[in-house]
Order: sequence, then structure tokens, then C-alpha cells
Amino acid sequence: MSEQQGDGRSLATEQRRGFLTKALAVCCGGLATLPPLAAAFWAVLDPLRRTAGAATFLPVTDLNSLPADGQPRQFPVIADRVDAWTGFAAEPIGAVYLKRDEGSDTVEVLSATCPHAGCFIEMDTESKCFRCPCHNSAFTLDGGIVAPSPSPRPMDSLECKVDKTGGVSVKWQNFYTGIEEKVARP
Amino acid sequence: MSTTAPQPVPPSRPATGMLGQLADWFDDRTGYRAFVHEALYERVPGGARWRYVWGSTLVFAFMTQVITGLVLWASYSASAQTAWESVYYIQHEMAGGWLLRGIHHVMAQAMVVLLALHLMQVVIDGAYRAPREVNFWLGLILMKLVLGMALTGYLLPWDQKGYWATRVATNLAGLVPMVGPALQQLVVGGPDYGHHTLTRFFALHAGFLPATLVLFLVVHLTLFRKHGLHAKEPITKPDSLFWPDQVLKDAVAMLAVMAVVLGVILLPALRAMLAGEPVVTGHLGAELGAPADPSQPYAAARPEWYFLFLFQFLKVFEGWGATGEFLGAIVVPGLTLGVMFLMPILGRWNLGHRFNVVFTFAIVAGAGLLTAMALHEDYYALWADRSAYADVEKLLQETGGDDQKLAAALGNDAGKRAAFEKRRHEFEAIRKSEAFLIAVKQAKADAERAIELAGRPEKIPPAGALSLIRNDPLSQGPRLFAQHCASCHAHIDPAAPDATAVLAEASAANLFEFGGVLWAQGLLDPKQVAGPAYFGNTAHKEGDMVSFVTDDLTDTDTWKPGDVKAVIAALAAEADLPTGGVSAAVVKRGQRMIADTDRCGSCHPYGDNETELGYAPDLNGWGSREWLVGIITDPTHQRFYPETNDRMPSFGVSQDGGVPTLSATQIGLITDWLRGTWYRPERHAAADHAAASHAAGDAVAGTP
Repeated sequence: MSEQQGDGRSLATEQRRGFLTKALAVCCGGLATLPPLAAAFWAVLDPLRRTAGAATFLPVTDLNSLPADGQPRQFPVIADRVDAWTGFAAEPIGAVYLKRDEGSDTVEVLSATCPHAGCFIEMDTESKCFRCPCHNSAFTLDGGIVAPSPSPRPMDSLECKVDKTGGVSVKWQNFYTGIEEKVARP
Repeated sequence: MSTTAPQPVPPSRPATGMLGQLADWFDDRTGYRAFVHEALYERVPGGARWRYVWGSTLVFAFMTQVITGLVLWASYSASAQTAWESVYYIQHEMAGGWLLRGIHHVMAQAMVVLLALHLMQVVIDGAYRAPREVNFWLGLILMKLVLGMALTGYLLPWDQKGYWATRVATNLAGLVPMVGPALQQLVVGGPDYGHHTLTRFFALHAGFLPATLVLFLVVHLTLFRKHGLHAKEPITKPDSLFWPDQVLKDAVAMLAVMAVVLGVILLPALRAMLAGEPVVTGHLGAELGAPADPSQPYAAARPEWYFLFLFQFLKVFEGWGATGEFLGAIVVPGLTLGVMFLMPILGRWNLGHRFNVVFTFAIVAGAGLLTAMALHEDYYALWADRSAYADVEKLLQETGGDDQKLAAALGNDAGKRAAFEKRRHEFEAIRKSEAFLIAVKQAKADAERAIELAGRPEKIPPAGALSLIRNDPLSQGPRLFAQHCASCHAHIDPAAPDATAVLAEASAANLFEFGGVLWAQGLLDPKQVAGPAYFGNTAHKEGDMVSFVTDDLTDTDTWKPGDVKAVIAALAAEADLPTGGVSAAVVKRGQRMIADTDRCGSCHPYGDNETELGYAPDLNGWGSREWLVGIITDPTHQRFYPETNDRMPSFGVSQDGGVPTLSATQIGLITDWLRGTWYRPERHAAADHAAASHAAGDAVAGTP
């Protein structure tokens, strides 16, 4: 019976005419596959809906713990943190360098995150400068670039408030790395 | 480069345009046209038919599982502290997570159904006969792999349901002779269930099993193509090609499968919309039970519906011990599968083929029957009339089920006894089903509560969601109360329909809303104070408090209108509960009366009244958290009933240097539950607060 139809190729030629059949087959198949693909895309894009929340002032230390000697000191930034489903209470979420010049109550704050690629900047006490261990960006104690440096901009300064009792709060923010402008992450 | 590259040779027609040239070049390098041709222009003897769609729908279902599974994988975290939590996040917080998980979950079930249909079609059509024997065996292996994926996937959310079902499944694996215990330990990933059970099951579910499945599927499809489609005889129509005739039928079938899957997911949403209720997407698709808790019994444990027949089948061997379980769980299913493997050989003879068909139908019908039996047993109480067995229940209560007493009660008549036993059996079935239904309801409530707690603004603590449940007064309070307090105390809304019966059974006060306005109002009500909700069933029935309320409090010379109301409000204020909307001045007046040594203060220490501790309970902070914790810890303490304590154990005091009956945390949980202090989402909390204030206000308004 099948031999009467000729070989597969002639059969194929005949079947190619069934445009409607083909179009329907493609439509039905496409429609059937659409829901899982759509759900997958929808879920994959979920992280784009998430933001870190507005930057807030977080208490870091008090003036008593920060001698006015022009020497930067590292302090952890402690805050409640939400990581997807887990809520962490009062956890270190980053670090800052605080510096108070002699006879001054003004506190300068530098983020410990390298503006080049986001590594953790360390204090080089011997050379009296900041140094990033990843790509050797070096910064002065005021956060300025020491050329030549892979970092496109100086260390990121952060806003700071000192209250009446001497409590030091820092406006904790992350910035995009690798660009010349200091742009806060949402 | 382009000048040195060899020109592609168009296979049939010259290439037109750049796209055509590119296609030609690509075909020259890969030979894709021949491959596509081979794939699409397969001859279908006798034309496309609906009965051939099952294999394709299975491949489609598997591809759906791969797509959804990979994305689920991207958000899933396999550990005892994060599995439930990450699934919660997928289901309730991630955009589209409910749909993704819903499709994965429902499609897994659809796959089992499609497998059964595919197998039946192959057996009925005799498609396993030479030269397709090996392909049939491959199909059986593929079936085992799919079932293995279903089994391993069930555990991954690490909820009560999956956890207990997997415990059973892995314990059954331990019954295999010789290697059983070692096998079980290997699967579980150690001596106990935990992180490594999840990592192993996840590796099996998302790695080993699907990779093996793909391998076998490729061989299965290659062999299918090699031997061609097995046409159902007799062939009456002309041959056609796979593309587009059979593809259209396959695509329509796939669409139908997807429509059913989406229907199952979205039907509850439609129902809610028609009922005018809000649609909560997190409740659609796959269910998520309460987090796995090895310390919490789970009477609602059942395998997924497609394994229910095996669960029911095991009951056939009840009473045979481990041997029975070994027979039911391993030997019989193993033999059944063995017969299925022999089908291609048996099918060489006509009679053998008939046997195969009958055998397959028998298995499907048997599984269907067992599934129906399992469901019937579980849900029997929904349609059975328990009241028709009131006599059986009564007789069992009277005799305590004692054999001799029963025989005597039935007049030692063997016929009557046999009839009674039959009805007793039916009654037990109702009771078992009732217990199951209660467990299901409890499981649902636990799951809802866990999800409610996980959604707090503080999110889930690093210790995991189970710690939330274990420290939740609403989840633990009723359980602890039932275990330690309910043998004497009732906890029932006096307005509930069965309150009278419950209170009659209780031998101590009803603690429903203890410390609140309603409770205090009943305490100071001459009609209620000696009733079963207060001191009626206790040693204090004829005590000073009862006579004070019935005699002194009714003396209108001393107690002017509004005085009792003020005392009630002041008591509720001590308990730090709503005072029914009365003014601070009224509360103050009530406090003065409580302190007054001619009134409450004659027995009760309060404020600065200098009444000594020990005769009657201290009313400073009466009903407050601290006060309740104190009395539960040690009712014989000077502040409470040092001399007149009526049977209440000192739950928080160690006896003879041992461990106290209840830990401080547990006492705190009971206390917070009694006081109604637990987390509620904002939308519920507002309603609760309004209801509580309203009830308290009504109560105070009704008091003289």
C-alpha cells in the first residue's frame, strides 16, 4: 500500500502543499511551549525587581573610639540585612574607613570598596596609603588616586553625621564600579 | 577568508539572497538539511493517527520539566535550613514562581499519566514485538527513571508531606535483603535525614536521573526511527509523513496536555474570582506544607496520588511484619516489572500477546482500584453517617473495648457478636478517616501559619523556618495546652455550640481569653463563678472567692452601679489586655476598689494595701504575661496558692533535681497563646484588634 505513494521525497512534495496543516502544527506546538517558557522568563527576570532599599544613616562608632590623629581606622557597618528569604539581624554588611584630623570633630568617611572592581581596600600602614590587593590600585589617606592606578576614580566618600552625644553615623551606599562617575546603586 | 572558503553546494536549488547562501554554507559544514529531512519526513504507515501521539507528548512533558526545572534550580537551595525557605520564596515572593513551580509539579503528574497511556498503547498495539523488543525494554527503564524523578522531587521542598513520605520510601528500601541498610544509608546520605539527604536527592533529581533519562531517550528515539513506527493493523488509509500530519496531531495533543496542566493550576483562581474572593497566587499550583519537623507527628502523610496504589497495596500485607512489607514493597512490584520485561518474548505467541494485554489492563485496573480504596478509606467520614453507630460507640465506651465485657453485654450470643464486630469495624473505619481528615486540616493550618510567619517583615531567621514555628505561640500553644493543661482546663469560647459539654468534662477553669474583660466579667458574675467555667469543678467551689462573688458583690450598699465594671476594667488593665474602651479614670477607680481592704484587698494583695501574700493570689499584674508564667511555673508560690493549690502541678519547677515538665520557653509559649499575643500579618491584626476591642466593649457595657 505504501509503495503506491512513491518514495518519501515525492510524498514530501505532496505534503508541502498542506500549508494550513503546517501553520496549525507550528501554532499549536508554539502555544503549548509558551507557558513554561513564559513562566521561566518571568522567574528568571525576578532579580531585576529587587532593590537594596534607600540608603540610610547607620551608627558606626562614637567619637571616643576615633582619635583625632589624622589616621584612618576601619569600622564594620552593622545593619539588619535581608538575603532573599533570610533576615539577618545586626550583621556586618560592609566596612568603612573613618578619619578625624587633629583638633577636629569632623569625620571623613571612605568606603572600603574599591571603585575599580569592588575588592576590599586595605590600609598599608608602612607606605601610609590605601591599597587594593586585587589590581594594586593605590590611594592616599584622603582617598585620592595614586597614579598610575587601574581605578577610574578616587575612593568613594560617604556622608557622615555626628550627633550630640558623639555617635557617628554613616550613610551606607554602594556605587557602580569601573566608571569615572560616582553613581549610587539603586 | 571568503575568497578562500569552498563554495557551498546547494542540495536542491540555488541559494537566493544572503540568507540562502548562509543556509547553504551552514548545510555544507553540518549537513543539517539532511538531518532535518530525516527527522521530519519519516513515513507514517497508514497515515497520521491520534493513537501515536503519546510518545511525543511524553517528550514534550519532559522538555517542559527541563525548562521549568532549570529555572527552579536557579532559585532552589538544597539544605535542611534553606530548602523549604527557598521553595517558599519561589512560591510566594518570586515573580511568576508560583506558575513555574505549578507547571513543574502538575506536569510531573501528567507525565505519569502519559507514561501509563503510552505503555498501554504500545502493549495493545503489540508494538513491543520483534524487532522492537529492546526499545520496549528501554521504555520500561525510562518509566522507572521518570518515577524515580517523581519520588526524589517530592522531598525537595522539605515540607512535612515530602519528608514523611520519603522517610517511608527510604525505610522500605532498607528492607532489601543483605544490602538494604547500607543502601538506605547511602540514599539518605548518613544515619539520619538532613542536609545530605537533600543534596543527594537533588543530585539524583536534577542531575543523575535526567542525564540518564536523556541518554536512554536518545537511544529510544534512535531505535524508534530505525525500526519505524509500528502501525496499528489493519491499515486502511494511505501512508503519510511525520511532518506535518502527525506533527499536527502531536502538537494538538501537547497543547491539550498543557491546557489541562494550566487548568489544574488556574482552576482555584477562577473559582475564587467567581466567588468574589481575592486570588492569592502563592496558593495556586503546587502546595507547600509546613517545614519538615522530625519532632512533630504528621498523620496526614500520604505519597503522591500516583504512588497511592502501592501505599494501599502494602496494607494487604499488614500483620505480616517486615516480611510482608518486603513482599509488598519489593517482591511483588519487582515480579510485576519482571513480567513486563518478558512481554516482548511472551508476545511472540498470540496467546502471549493476549496475556500481555490482559496483564497490563489488570495492573492499570488494579492500581486504579487500590487508589480508589485508599481514597475511600481516607475520606470515608465525609459521607459515612457516624450517628448510625452511636450504639456501637456507646457500648465500646461502657466496656472499654474489653472482650469479656463485650461478650457479656451482647448476651454471649455469637451471632450478635459477629454482627457487632462487623459494625465495630465500620465504626473504626469512620474514626480512622476522621482522624485523617483532622490531620489534613491541621496540616493545612500549619502550612498556612508557616507561610504567614515566613512573610513577616523580619523574614526567616538564619536557623530556618522551623525555628519560627517552634517559637510561635499560635502553633505551639494549643499543642502544649492539649498535652499538659487540657486534662483539667478547658479552652473554649463560651459562645461555641459545644461549650456546655466541654465545660462539663473539665475539672478546672475555662482559660479561654483568660485575663480579658470577658473572663473577668464571668468570674465576678454570681451565676457563673461556681459554674464549670470557673470554680465549679474545683476544690474552690465552696471557697471564699465564690461566696464573696455570690454574697458580697451582690450587696448594693457596698457595690454601687458601675463598681464591678470598674474592677473588671482594672483587672484587664493589670493583664495588659483591652479594657473595653472605658476611660482611664474608670480603670483608676477599679484599681482603688481592688486595693480596698474592705473589698478585694481584704484577701488579695494589691498595690499598697499591705495584705499579706499567701491567702489569695496576688492581683498585682494579674493575668499579665509575667503573672501567668509565674503561676504555670509554680502555683504553690507565695504569690498564688501556697496552701490551697488544687491539683495544679508546678510545671516549671524541677522535681527531685530532675528536668522540669515544661521549659521556660514552653511556658512562655503557652502564656502567649493564652493571652493571644502572636504575630499576625497587618491585614489580619487590624481585624483581630477590632474584634477584641468590640467583644471587650460589649462585655463591659453589659456589666452593672
